[in-house]
Amino acid sequence: MHCQSQDFDTLDRRLIDCYQRDLPVCSRPFHAMAERLGASEEQVIERLQRLETLGVLSRVGPVFDHALAGASLLAAVAVPEEQRDAFAELINQVPGVNHNYAREHHYNLWFVMTAAEERSLDERLTQLETTLGRTILRLPMLESFHIDLAFAIPWAELEGI
Amino acid sequence: MTTPMPLGLESPLALESACQLSESDAHRRLRVLLEQGLPLTPRPWQVLAERCGLEEAEVMACVRRWQEETLIKRLGLVVRHRRLGIDANAMVVWNVPDDQVARVGQSLAQESVVTLCYRRPRRLPEWPFNLFCMIHGVQREQVLAQLELLVHRHGLAEIDHQVLFSQHAYRQCGGRYAPRRSDEHPGA
Repeated sequence: MHCQSQDFDTLDRRLIDCYQRDLPVCSRPFHAMAERLGASEEQVIERLQRLETLGVLSRVGPVFDHALAGASLLAAVAVPEEQRDAFAELINQVPGVNHNYAREHHYNLWFVMTAAEERSLDERLTQLETTLGRTILRLPMLESFHIDLAFAIPWAELEGI
Repeated sequence: MTTPMPLGLESPLALESACQLSESDAHRRLRVLLEQGLPLTPRPWQVLAERCGLEEAEVMACVRRWQEETLIKRLGLVVRHRRLGIDANAMVVWNVPDDQVARVGQSLAQESVVTLCYRRPRRLPEWPFNLFCMIHGVQREQVLAQLELLVHRHGLAEIDHQVLFSQHAYRQCGGRYAPRRSDEHPGA
């Protein structure tokens, strides 16, 4: 279940709208943010804690460039739909799995694995193929045309659902 | 005329590499910590500095340098869109002729509704698709309508494609790239 948009007041929304990027790198960043938003440092910290607790924020921090930071790979596997949860759990147990989604397709589990180097990825995936008893599609990124998940949140549209 | 090397600096290289070694380990630890997010306290950089044996100023300088080097692409609130109700998340996969894929990818990437767009290898015969793009929306019908517009605008009607809506997120967190020692949290 997702949260309701009325759970988020103006301060929550402005925090999200203003600080998906460019969090200040200064000694008291939340104080700097609070000054800009006309709130107190304490309020900003409380709001961020609440948004993290609600699961609306994965974290407050850096997004690393996947190619510069290490190795990563998108992988897909086709599993029986009625056993999907169990297979997803096995995948989640492998170190470095940071995304794992069910999708409507014959290949119904899609996950991203990250590691310090390619070799670890390969080894983990080969091991996982044995665990799952299934072949995994390995789909490394060859060329990036655009990656930016810091898009503007459509608050007005969310009000309507 | 050569000046004699002052005592104790006979092997400046060894000294330097020893410093780099300890510096790089502290920085590696900083990356492990940063991948898990900032502590939500008044002085988060100070807390991180204490945890990895650096000074607050060093941590901030290091983060700024990683930003300049684009190792850090962005720094801020990382939103889980599904939790906000932006859960019509379509991964659209296309089978584009190789000599057109760069052009199509670049043009799709210009569209504001396209949040991710990249080329990946085909895995024949199972997987013929070489271009991926993502459209995040609130309503499925609206996402499909946006896709239809894209197909029309970019002349993609002849290009074989499939839409894979996400049904469930089993995990969504940041990448775990920094090498970890056995005593450090694997962080999934």
